[in-house]
Amino acid sequence: MTTNDYLSIVHGALATISMSLVSIVLGVPLGLGFALIRWSRLPFFNQLTIAYVSIVRTCPAVTLALMIFFALPQFGISLDPVPAGILTLTLSTAAFNTEIWRSALMNFPRDQYDAALSFGMRRGTRFRRIVLPQIVRSSLPALVNEMTLQVKSTPAVAVIGIVEITRAAIRVGARTYDPLPPFIFALVLYSVIVFAFVKTQRAIERRYDHAGAH
Amino acid sequence: MGEFAIVWEHRGMIMDGFESTLIIVALAAIGSLALGTLLTIPLMSRHRVVAAFATGYVDAMRCVPFLLFVYLIYFGLPTLGVRFDNWSAGVTALILYNAGYMAELLRASWKNLPKETIEAGHAFGFSGWGLFRRIILPPVLFAALPLIGNQLIQIVKDSAFLTIIAVAELTHEATSLQTTYFVPFASFFAAVVLYWVTCIVIESTVGFANRYAEVRR
Repeated sequence: MTTNDYLSIVHGALATISMSLVSIVLGVPLGLGFALIRWSRLPFFNQLTIAYVSIVRTCPAVTLALMIFFALPQFGISLDPVPAGILTLTLSTAAFNTEIWRSALMNFPRDQYDAALSFGMRRGTRFRRIVLPQIVRSSLPALVNEMTLQVKSTPAVAVIGIVEITRAAIRVGARTYDPLPPFIFALVLYSVIVFAFVKTQRAIERRYDHAGAH
Repeated sequence: MGEFAIVWEHRGMIMDGFESTLIIVALAAIGSLALGTLLTIPLMSRHRVVAAFATGYVDAMRCVPFLLFVYLIYFGLPTLGVRFDNWSAGVTALILYNAGYMAELLRASWKNLPKETIEAGHAFGFSGWGLFRRIILPPVLFAALPLIGNQLIQIVKDSAFLTIIAVAELTHEATSLQTTYFVPFASFFAAVVLYWVTCIVIESTVGFANRYAEVRR
């Protein structure tokens, strides 16, 4: 393996990281939105969300990526591989995030909500000041866990031609006829990314614990 | 709607792929559960070195994305002299990968097993393999049932990656149907629905088994 080969896999890592980050930044609030629809039992949209979560949760990411990339143009929406990949990853992570947010909302103590109500807080304020800070805290470990799973499912978008870590490693292996070294390098890169997420979670949790002590 | 008619006309292709997916998933489920169960023993071992090796294996599986692992088995092992056809490489990869996850969730369930159960087993003269099989394993498996169900769904989803090494499973057949007749939406929609049905069947079966376990307890 030459330096260029290593560089090309690192380049793939940038694609993996940026696509994961974009889909997380979009998918976490989207999941919260869906969870709120479920929580408020908004008619029609509630059923729609139930169906979406149930289907996407069981749909392989590869199949979803292929469907979005090849079938959307039929409806006049033609996406390049990168936006199609981001859409795939966002839709799939949002489905899991919906369930995480929803379980936090379901476990939210009712009396606090009533207390806020008795202080005359309006709906928006109640949610922003009372509910949101606490459900963010209780959902964090599960959300980060889902983020690490998300990083590991990014290779699925390689099927629509995006060159991320795995595909970059394959290319190097195919050229040098020695697939083991690039694969092992790819493995190290994945481990570093996943480790970075776990570290960040621990750091945020420590800050929360610190804030909670005051 | 003409698109769906084409898929219906060639439903044999989709059903062949679905059948392969079901066979692959069944083999992988049995294999990874069996291997995962065996792996739990060294994982819970009091010998530090043995436990460290087992933990290393489990952690390695949890760090690698499945697709990379498939490539590692399919392209990497032949350089070490082990040869596979794509079918057995795919099934082997699914078993080895998911065994790590199965072992980890069985370990968590074993740790929650009350000490008294094992002590009672000792008092009745059980030890070694007999103790594991008769006393430890049944409650550990029952308690882990919902998590095993989740992992089975993960196996179904992972099996779609095998399309990349040209195993003729459901996603692979849907892709070839769509490239031949240009019916992308209908063929992938059919695949997604079949995956969904499979997972719902798994979920309800596990739910049923769980209720049975509750009654027996």
